[in-house]
Amino acid sequence: MSKKEMPDSKGKYGEYGGMYVPETLISALSELSEIYSKLKNGKEFRREYDRLQKHYNGRPTPLTFAERLTAHYGKAKIYLKREDLCHTGAHKLNNALGQILIAKRLGKKRIIAETGAGQHGVAVATVCAKFGFECVVYMGEKDIERQQPNVFRMKLLGAEVRPVSTGSKTLKDATSEAIRDWAANVKDTHYIIGSVVGPHPYPMIVRDFQSIIGKEAKEQIVKVEKKLPDYIVACVGGGSNAIGIFNEFLNDESVALFGIEAAGLGINSGKHCATLTLGEPGIFQGMMSYLLQDKEGQIAEVHSISAGLDYPGVGPEHSYLKERNRVKYFSVTDDEALDGVGLLTKLEGILPALESAHAVAYLEKFIHNTKNDEVVIVNVSGRGDKDLSTIINSSHRK
Amino acid sequence: MNFIREKVEMVNREGKKALSVFLTAGYPQKNNFTETALNILDAGADMLEIGIPFSDPLADGPVIQSSSQIALNNGVKMKDIFYYSQNIRSGSDKPLILMGYANPIKKYGITKFLNDAKNSGVNGLIVPDVTLEEYDSFYSNLTKEIEIILLSTPTSPDERIKYIDSLSRGFVYCVSSTGTTGMRDNFSIETIENLKRTYSLVNKNKMMIGFGISKPEDIKNISAYCDGVIVGSRIIKSLAENKKIKETLKTVSELSDACTGKY
Repeated sequence: MSKKEMPDSKGKYGEYGGMYVPETLISALSELSEIYSKLKNGKEFRREYDRLQKHYNGRPTPLTFAERLTAHYGKAKIYLKREDLCHTGAHKLNNALGQILIAKRLGKKRIIAETGAGQHGVAVATVCAKFGFECVVYMGEKDIERQQPNVFRMKLLGAEVRPVSTGSKTLKDATSEAIRDWAANVKDTHYIIGSVVGPHPYPMIVRDFQSIIGKEAKEQIVKVEKKLPDYIVACVGGGSNAIGIFNEFLNDESVALFGIEAAGLGINSGKHCATLTLGEPGIFQGMMSYLLQDKEGQIAEVHSISAGLDYPGVGPEHSYLKERNRVKYFSVTDDEALDGVGLLTKLEGILPALESAHAVAYLEKFIHNTKNDEVVIVNVSGRGDKDLSTIINSSHRK
Repeated sequence: MNFIREKVEMVNREGKKALSVFLTAGYPQKNNFTETALNILDAGADMLEIGIPFSDPLADGPVIQSSSQIALNNGVKMKDIFYYSQNIRSGSDKPLILMGYANPIKKYGITKFLNDAKNSGVNGLIVPDVTLEEYDSFYSNLTKEIEIILLSTPTSPDERIKYIDSLSRGFVYCVSSTGTTGMRDNFSIETIENLKRTYSLVNKNKMMIGFGISKPEDIKNISAYCDGVIVGSRIIKSLAENKKIKETLKTVSELSDACTGKY
């Protein structure tokens, strides 16, 4: 793995990434790049961000040794990085906090966001409440239905949730609608994108704010195990929690990194969102990256039980890491993810989000090949309270 | 080759601002699209912009989004775009421009796309999600016959508009205001000021204004600051609302009259 800074000056990770957006948005993206490069290492900005992370978000999050889960498999020791314990219930707040501080310095008055599972929407609505910004969150109608508690939370936090009824009525359509809003209101509006996707500089900014996960995990595991982990597993939709925990370990060749996508009803079913497993490079929502598309280059209809993974694209850095073979990408089905929820809840008393349960479920597939003196970290990116109705409705499948 | 530019100049010499009409390929019907297009050219359009339908058209408002989805449901494929172009070309010598998002073109293969476009009699191409930043990485093996038209917007700084003008061919597509395609109430003073600014910066190329132009009065308000106008959503909406094309053709000829200074 090269130690070269990614992305390059054009916002590219190899050939991936870039700025494939309408001309209207170019100046806002340039302005964002400029202010971010100034703020990034600025003392005052870092101090404010770190203080919020500690006293508002509750960082550092614990690294929990999963004793009974480890005993259950009888192989490598399993640790859980507890992003589910972040304020608002998922890693999303790491990014929202950073970006609201940027919005403040940009002098923007209005914040927009897209959301799938609602975790990013809740995180953005939360920081808007805390800092007094007007907040509009775009959410697909299908997701509004399956993530009701988060919709209610956003409204309670004072955000306006705008239902999106175009296309598949999920995350991709919410993202398109947010980008259209931004193009219309770019003068007074900052778009807080929720994952490592979209045009440059977003994939970089979101990665930087999420990389706290890996930094903490590294320090924590070295403290208890006196060595680096052998494996890290994280779920991948757009890929922000995965990049967040992987980033700090990219140059540690001994650490195997696994990104787990949603295989939905099965990767041969046509109803999945295993973008890196089955997609091919394309241009979508501002970036060149792997993409699920048909023969004509139209964006494919995708499916996952988990609203946060239900997306036909993926962050450009993941495309790059796949091609460089630094991260290996696999997938697990809806049913396997539901089993993952059950397993972690019964053995550890931790109810993971359906998204994170994909990472948990992958243990079943590879842990048999590990040794007892090896160490695995699973990123539990969020908690599953929001998914209770989906989980209850799926219990008949068992 | 400066085919589009020469046509705009020719129309201008006759005392008219050029009128370009945007149609989504294969909308409202797949079968008689060529006929619809030729009728619209006959009714007074000086050139045609044919939209390649895409599942996720980021720069478009609800009217064109929905026409794009209907065209896809009608089964419109890339091969149909070239088929339409060929047929329209055999019935008209006015400029034909394709407008399409980057992904379907990339998927088809950019070199093959430009070649097939050229062989179908297409003169120009607009890809709204490929700006100066990605121009070099997207367009490989540019063919001289296809003129790549770039867009300027109210958020583009002066220096950037000059650069856009230097790289664009055919004309500079001046986006009237921020936001997506579709009808707006009126052109504000701020919008007009920006059109003035842009028109003064575009020197190499002719300049056409698009986004939000729907009535003769709009054309009257902006005609001093452009060489032509582009109308899309208004026409698509009319095609959606009227079973018979007659109403739509009437709208086109009213807009065409407005381009000659008759209101």
